[in-house]
Amino acid sequence: MKTTDIAVIGAGPAGLSCAVEAAKAGAKVTVLDENLKPGGQLFKQIHKFFGSREHRAGTRGFRIGRQLLEETEKLGVEVLLDAAVYGIYEDRLIAFITDGKDHTLKAEKIVMATGASENALAFPGCTLPGVMGAGAAQTMINVNRVLPGQKIAMVGSGNVGLIVSYQLMQAGADVVALIEAAPKIGGYGVHASKIRRAGVPIYISTTIKEVAGKEKVEEVITVELDEKWQQVKGTEKQFDADTVCLAVGLSPLTELAWMAGCEFTFIPALGGHVPIHNRNMETTLKGIYVAGDITGVEEASSAMEEGRLAGVACAESLGYYDEEQALELKNQIWDRLDALRTGPFGEGRFTAKLKQISARRQLA
Amino acid sequence: MTQKSGVIYQGFPSEEELSKIPGVPSKDRIQKGPVACIECVQEIPCNPCEEACPYGAITVGKPITNLPALDEDKCIGCGTCIAACPGLAIFLLNISGEKAEVSFPFEYYPLPNKGDEVDCVDRKGSVVVKGKVLRIIKSPKYDATAVITVEVPVQYMNIVRSIKRLGRSE
Repeated sequence: MKTTDIAVIGAGPAGLSCAVEAAKAGAKVTVLDENLKPGGQLFKQIHKFFGSREHRAGTRGFRIGRQLLEETEKLGVEVLLDAAVYGIYEDRLIAFITDGKDHTLKAEKIVMATGASENALAFPGCTLPGVMGAGAAQTMINVNRVLPGQKIAMVGSGNVGLIVSYQLMQAGADVVALIEAAPKIGGYGVHASKIRRAGVPIYISTTIKEVAGKEKVEEVITVELDEKWQQVKGTEKQFDADTVCLAVGLSPLTELAWMAGCEFTFIPALGGHVPIHNRNMETTLKGIYVAGDITGVEEASSAMEEGRLAGVACAESLGYYDEEQALELKNQIWDRLDALRTGPFGEGRFTAKLKQISARRQLA
Repeated sequence: MTQKSGVIYQGFPSEEELSKIPGVPSKDRIQKGPVACIECVQEIPCNPCEEACPYGAITVGKPITNLPALDEDKCIGCGTCIAACPGLAIFLLNISGEKAEVSFPFEYYPLPNKGDEVDCVDRKGSVVVKGKVLRIIKSPKYDATAVITVEVPVQYMNIVRSIKRLGRSE
């Protein structure tokens, strides 16, 4: 049977950062990813990242992805692609399928960095061709160089909705409207300002009433919402559009964690049910760790820091670092994570993560 | 529904918000020569502008969510910070007589050409005046963010923040 020190499930920003950190310490690391290419969502992030120098702020996301891949290569990390993990069994036995064949991998430590998936939204016409996740549209334009449409209606004003709107315009489309059900814009003001300058109208307290079209999206009818989130009759607006992008949040991809038997807690601010973990990112199951969006939806910078944390913690528990070395590294990472979780946009996540970690203490 | 003003409602900072932040230069300073104008009104964890300034004129400090503060005496108006801001929220202002130069980051193709007369837009994307493209800087250091300088009548200095995207001919 194939064995490894640390198996990392998911080759996105969290998984790759974890692999790099653990391999630096000397551990044998195997990364598994169901996709044909590594990088998770990093390679479609063509904008410059926020944060500090340690978070490589100011660098475009795909370049950070390239750097991470180069590092994994240099450090001899094994990356298994087209490897869909379908089960985690007793004694950290991983079952996965590659090329249509079953394989197993026995690991001393497992890190689940499986990411998140986009939420859907139901409305009349939501099954028409042309209605898609904003992340899907972003993959089409930035990875596959295919424009999903010319006239886009974007639903959701979080950073995903704002950034993907910007990138759709960079790719040559027009964004005819961005609508937000809440009474205020959810994402960073600077992202909103970029698309306003480019002429995109943003409608707050507004939702989709209906999307109409014969065989595909042809028009979008919006309607305003009152303080009780009820539709206000007579406030309908009509937009000609061929594409509707939904940027209405993400949910952690937690199936493997449920299956493995990790205990969960429900924290809406983090995207719903999330596995409980400690300050080492270890779940309620010994030797099984989590990092990135699976632990609660944030963004790539914090996913990378959580990955590093899990990487250091795994390396420590396998004896590649002594306690003192590991503590110093972990404290540095925690300082950077805390910095990302400050300010009006970060405080909620800071509190939510504290709650998640204290749930672990209560169990223990 | 009456439109509330402010970045969280309209998506761009209001005059009132801009008047309260430490990144916007004083009227006196603007009269003295080119200067950066940092329109960053929300406390987000971000500080590349601080490091980008070769003259130490921008301070974020700790916590990293502090709004960037411009030391307008140290700022020489070099414009290095413009492309460094991931939020594309830094501009450069320069008055010369009846005209003003506004420099801004621009990440759409096609780029205009030097000398072109272009439609200049305000913070909400409305075309407000024609302007002349004076410079387009495409430095490898800027990593694909072009910095465009347009000349507009001086009364538009605090209004114009970009140009209308140019059509693609395919």
